[in-house]
Amino acid sequence: MNDTATILPPARIKFRLFEFCAEKLIAGIAFLSFVFIFLILIFILRESLPLILGRATDDVGKVTLKSLLSLSWRPVSNTPLYGMFPLMIGSLKVTAVSMLFAFPVAIFAALYTSTFAPRFAKELMKPAIEILAGIPSVVIGFFALTVLASFFQKWLGFHYRLNAFTGGIALSIAVIPIIYTVAEDALNALPKSMREASFALGASKWETALFVLLPAATPGVFAAFLLGLGRAFGETMIVLMATGNAALLSWNLVEPVRTMSATIGAEMAEVVFGDAHYNVLFFIGVLLFIFSFTLNAVAEFIVRQRMMKRFGGNI
Amino acid sequence: MTLRKKLLGKGIVFFTALCAFAIIGLVVFIMGTIIAGGHSHVTWKFLTLAPTEGMTSGGIFPAIIGTFFLVVIMSIVGVPVGTITAIYLAEYTKKGSFIAKTIRFAVNTLAGIPSIVFGLFGLGFFIQFLGANLDKAFAPAGQLVWGQPCLLWAALTMALLTLPVVIVSVEEAIRTVPKELREASLALGATRWETIVRIVLPNSVTGILTGGILAVSRGAGEVAPILFTGAAYFLPHLPGKLQDQFMELGYHVYIMSTQSTNVDETKGIQFATTLVLLLLTFCLNFSAVFLRYWMRKRALSS
Repeated sequence: MNDTATILPPARIKFRLFEFCAEKLIAGIAFLSFVFIFLILIFILRESLPLILGRATDDVGKVTLKSLLSLSWRPVSNTPLYGMFPLMIGSLKVTAVSMLFAFPVAIFAALYTSTFAPRFAKELMKPAIEILAGIPSVVIGFFALTVLASFFQKWLGFHYRLNAFTGGIALSIAVIPIIYTVAEDALNALPKSMREASFALGASKWETALFVLLPAATPGVFAAFLLGLGRAFGETMIVLMATGNAALLSWNLVEPVRTMSATIGAEMAEVVFGDAHYNVLFFIGVLLFIFSFTLNAVAEFIVRQRMMKRFGGNI
Repeated sequence: MTLRKKLLGKGIVFFTALCAFAIIGLVVFIMGTIIAGGHSHVTWKFLTLAPTEGMTSGGIFPAIIGTFFLVVIMSIVGVPVGTITAIYLAEYTKKGSFIAKTIRFAVNTLAGIPSIVFGLFGLGFFIQFLGANLDKAFAPAGQLVWGQPCLLWAALTMALLTLPVVIVSVEEAIRTVPKELREASLALGATRWETIVRIVLPNSVTGILTGGILAVSRGAGEVAPILFTGAAYFLPHLPGKLQDQFMELGYHVYIMSTQSTNVDETKGIQFATTLVLLLLTFCLNFSAVFLRYWMRKRALSS
């Protein structure tokens, strides 16, 4: 390198220095996404730190662990309580409903388009999924609030118009495209020889699909499940608009619920900065971050490694 | 094969087809109801007037302008950063290397973080940390200039949220630039930097454009990150500087359908605003799909 540099004219050397700096800058910027993951965690932790250290105070006094573990969420009252359980159960209920509906529908639809479907159905499905994935969540929320909720109430006779079931079904509309896309990719990535071998042994199309292809794509299907779960758990606008937002401690699916994410969305705008309520909302954010990070890491590492092992790096 | 087995097979195929067509039906149904509810209300006046009479009539012009400013500032920040990251991934790292894996993991993680958490980050980092410290240093004592929700912080939050979209899309475009072009350039004595600037980037303009469009579409539709970083219910004037708050289409839909006092009276406005937002994202996504298709076709033919 030094030998060539001595032969180069000075202008050329100067240019090389510029290139060197520019390349370092590019590398630096590329690491921004990595840096920001940490910054996100650090700064939402920072705003919830008083709570974690046991120093958060509201009008009444210090907020204790007992308040966080209590069974009711009433942050704006004379005796504020910040019980997380109603919110966690709310998130669980809505997520469970949405996954119970979205997962089978999306997986079977992916199985259909990757194995049985005639060409025209495939061509129809592609843009449909793209459009569905592109619909903003606030639009789905609005659709659920004005159309779906009335429809379900009339059809199923719900006492409350907005409830966990309606919210969960609305949420599944947002989750279906993710599960479908990941699962279909996994099914299409299977080696063709697998299908041919199954046919050669006399298996029919549906037997191949159900007993050979679907089991072989399990890691991908599992990843689809995890990513869908993460999206459902963290989604805010849909649940904020379509679940009724009452923090009740109940497992009843047709009662209004308030999820963790919706609580942040609904209450952060009205909260006093630095107050215990403010710290608690950020703490909920930390929980959401940890949950989505873990799901993503599991989906990334374990699943990919298992896929690699199974097909000898053929994905 | 026995008859029972044959019937079972038919049943399974039918059931999976039912699931697939249910999804297609759902898309048609959602689009249909919103078009049916809103199309008569979307007039030229609706698009160019501000809300009047306590938001029960008038138009959504300020929300359109607010959304426009938001996505423009977001793109000015997000697209270059995303493009540079994509260049680094595609040109400077080997596909399986540790660095590439790390960055890719970070990008995937970023894409999976709930949008409301980005909102919290915007509040905690941009407003309470950056903004508050800027005010401490430059603003007259006791005044809030940057330490409050505003257009700039909302746009930066949104840029971070849409960064993965840009990176994935641009990287794909860069990888479609034929290897022979790079080799020819290097063989002629160009450095790696010159090759990237003169050969790779001009050949992936379409991809960068696609990434930008997809990011704008995503940013225009997200509401959770701007709930408490800059969006406002109603403002009598349009945002004129970076420290102003702004109205936004998605946020407008949210407050009109849940927070306003006369929800039933404004049904028409709600449906029409939703329709405008839906059409906006639909057109953006469609042009991105078209550009990507064109790009792939060109890559195949060369």
